[in-house]
Amino acid sequence: MQIPYTVEERPDTGLYNAKLGVWLFLASEVMLFGALFSSYVLLRTGDPAFMTIPHAVAEALHLGEGAHRWPGELNVPLAFLNTLVLIFSSVTIVMSWASLRLKQFGKYRLWMGLTILCALGFMCIKAVEYNAKFSHGLFPATSNFLGIYFALTGLHALHVIGGVVVNGYLWGPGAKMWKTEPERFTNRVEVAGLYWHFVDLVWIFLFPSLYLL
Amino acid sequence: MSVLEQEEHGSDERAGRHKEPFWKRYIFSQDHKVIGIQYGFTALCFLLFGFSLMLLMRWQLAFPGKPIPVIGGLLGADNAPGGIMLPEFYNQLGAMHGTIMVFLAIVPLAVGAFGNYVVPLQIGAPDMAFPKLNMASYWVYFLGGVTMFASFFVPGGAANSGWTSYPPLSEIATQGQTWWLVGMVFLITSSLLGSVNFIVTIFHLRAKGLTLMRLPFFVWSQLVTAFLLLLAFPPLEAAGVFQLMDRVFGTSFFMPSGLVVSGEVVEVAGGGSPLLWQHLFWFLAHPEVYVLILPALGIVAEVIANNTRKPLWGYKSMVYAAVFLGFMSFIVWAHHMFLTGMGTTISAFFQTTTMIISIPSVVILTALLMSLWGASIRFTTPMLFALAFLPMFGIGGLTGLPLGLSGSDIHLHDTYYVIGHFHYVVAPGTIFAMFAGIYYWFPKITGRKMNDFLGKLHFYPSFVFINMIFMPMFLQGLAGVSRRLWDGGEQYSHAQGGLHWNEFMSWGAWLLLVAQLPFIFNLFWSIKKGKKVDSNPWQATTLEWAAAPSPPIGHGNFAEVPVVYRPAYEYSVPDHPGDYLAQNDPTETPTETPIETPDKTSGKEG
Repeated sequence: MQIPYTVEERPDTGLYNAKLGVWLFLASEVMLFGALFSSYVLLRTGDPAFMTIPHAVAEALHLGEGAHRWPGELNVPLAFLNTLVLIFSSVTIVMSWASLRLKQFGKYRLWMGLTILCALGFMCIKAVEYNAKFSHGLFPATSNFLGIYFALTGLHALHVIGGVVVNGYLWGPGAKMWKTEPERFTNRVEVAGLYWHFVDLVWIFLFPSLYLL
Repeated sequence: MSVLEQEEHGSDERAGRHKEPFWKRYIFSQDHKVIGIQYGFTALCFLLFGFSLMLLMRWQLAFPGKPIPVIGGLLGADNAPGGIMLPEFYNQLGAMHGTIMVFLAIVPLAVGAFGNYVVPLQIGAPDMAFPKLNMASYWVYFLGGVTMFASFFVPGGAANSGWTSYPPLSEIATQGQTWWLVGMVFLITSSLLGSVNFIVTIFHLRAKGLTLMRLPFFVWSQLVTAFLLLLAFPPLEAAGVFQLMDRVFGTSFFMPSGLVVSGEVVEVAGGGSPLLWQHLFWFLAHPEVYVLILPALGIVAEVIANNTRKPLWGYKSMVYAAVFLGFMSFIVWAHHMFLTGMGTTISAFFQTTTMIISIPSVVILTALLMSLWGASIRFTTPMLFALAFLPMFGIGGLTGLPLGLSGSDIHLHDTYYVIGHFHYVVAPGTIFAMFAGIYYWFPKITGRKMNDFLGKLHFYPSFVFINMIFMPMFLQGLAGVSRRLWDGGEQYSHAQGGLHWNEFMSWGAWLLLVAQLPFIFNLFWSIKKGKKVDSNPWQATTLEWAAAPSPPIGHGNFAEVPVVYRPAYEYSVPDHPGDYLAQNDPTETPTETPIETPDKTSGKEG
């Protein structure tokens, strides 16, 4: 006896198993990032010095006299570029799924490949940012704002890496399934796409709340 | 896919089943029954291990500063030089007893074992929706267990800041705490995988005709539990990541400015909030209480319906109550924090929600109690445990009310009263229900019944001894004895009045261990020597009894795909010759309700 609704939709929910599964998983992820963002809010409102750059740090960075505030030292242009990269990758993964629906496997490879490149590009830009922080002596322990910055962007980066692994599998070895079970493979790409949109969405919240506010 | 096609696939798979190598069939199995048994066995081992940690603590409480007899020398000079327990070791035992019992014993037993084995059978499914995830979920749990167990052997020993790991104490604790955090990340991942699997399985793989309101109550309890695990655990994961960063990278999310430890100001950036941890922790840990209790209520409902030979009284109210309970459990967490100085307005809110959440619990308990009314009860071993569950859970629940009111909590907070309260819920409550479940479903798992005499020899002494341990805790707690005293309160003048109970309670604990011996023997003995039974030895109505005794390993549990014609508990149907009508029995009765196909119903869940 095979497990039903792996490919076809169950009439009463209108979903196949994996799609319901990934929505539930994303609900759980919402709770994870919800907790992270709430903690950020609570720590920021609870400590009047939260947004102040510590005096020793300001001196080491030659910021001059007077009070300096976070997120002053974060690199907004790079983060904005990264936002564009991720939004673009959300488009490309939809295109890869749409290509499969149109039975154009070659185009699928192209769009999925672009998605993976975007993710890797995002990680490279992130690495440049992190590296700049470290070389200026800005570490998670420096202040709670930086701690939150590294914790939230770090966990988001782990999610990006997870997405690269999944999408890489679907681009490479996992694509064999297209020949045997094309519908199921298309579903897999759709599910991966839903996850990828979520990763994108988290960044869209992270960018303003860490870099701009 | 038509029924016919499914059956053809089934016979193919059954034929090919024997080719699987041993490790694939029994170790890295993707079959929900094998995984359920793996979960059950591992969880029972941890249950015994967690229990034995408590037995050591009880020695220290009864005879503070006296060498532990027989095994005292085996504990090592770092823990108990000369067999005399050090306070540091006592703290490790306390923290790990709680952690192991909650996260490694009861939840895996209630959800991992019973949920995995019984839910797919009760809904007539071939397996769980995602068999590979199911396997991963067990092995990640196993890794978490290994990590927790290994932490006893690192320098400084296991985590010693209580199972709640409150900072800043946990932030300056020995490295066992880091192991604890890593172990928790494994366990959280495991329960995330499991909960997604359960929800999809219950919504998608129900047999034809099994509408949501025909589900056995046990399946409902697992469904609500899965939602709690899915949504409540992630905030603890966030908190765990923060605490890990505090300990490893030196951040100060939970470290306030100017904290003085051993006369010196701790060198951290500061500005953190220890309260934040408590909020994140209890946001998980209160729903976790219902994760512990809901599957137990589910098992008790099954056993009571079966042994009273009556439909459950108020099945629908029970279902609605369980769903409401699940929802409310997310907004009561701060009643654990009345004494943290978080403010009276917030306390007022949380004490109100806490009083409200007691209503659905009482609805379910009342429904179970009313189910007994007028029944000619079969006093089988599972039924004895289920019957004992009712008053024990009742005591546990009612003693919670003074803790939920912020006024009376001032006196009772952090005393033995709290220990007594939640142990009544979880130990003679949930664990008794787990025993009921084991005796009840053992014939399905093995095809043999557990010995009844040994079962009774297990039940009656356990019932007496477990009350010997926990009842005096209320007295000690009311007298103000703190729950965390290594010497049992010996040097505290306010504690003197209740100290004479310590020895009595400890004897209760050790005798409780003796009372488990018949069970352990019975469990193994009955696998080979128990009385052989057919597929439905309890004359039960739910679908798991339609499967063969000890259903064959491999996807596909039933010889033919079951179709459901009626609600879950059609016992003693009027004008019907037998005293029960199975859910898949196509016999027409005058009270027959029209068969609903799954297509007509939608996934209704609060």
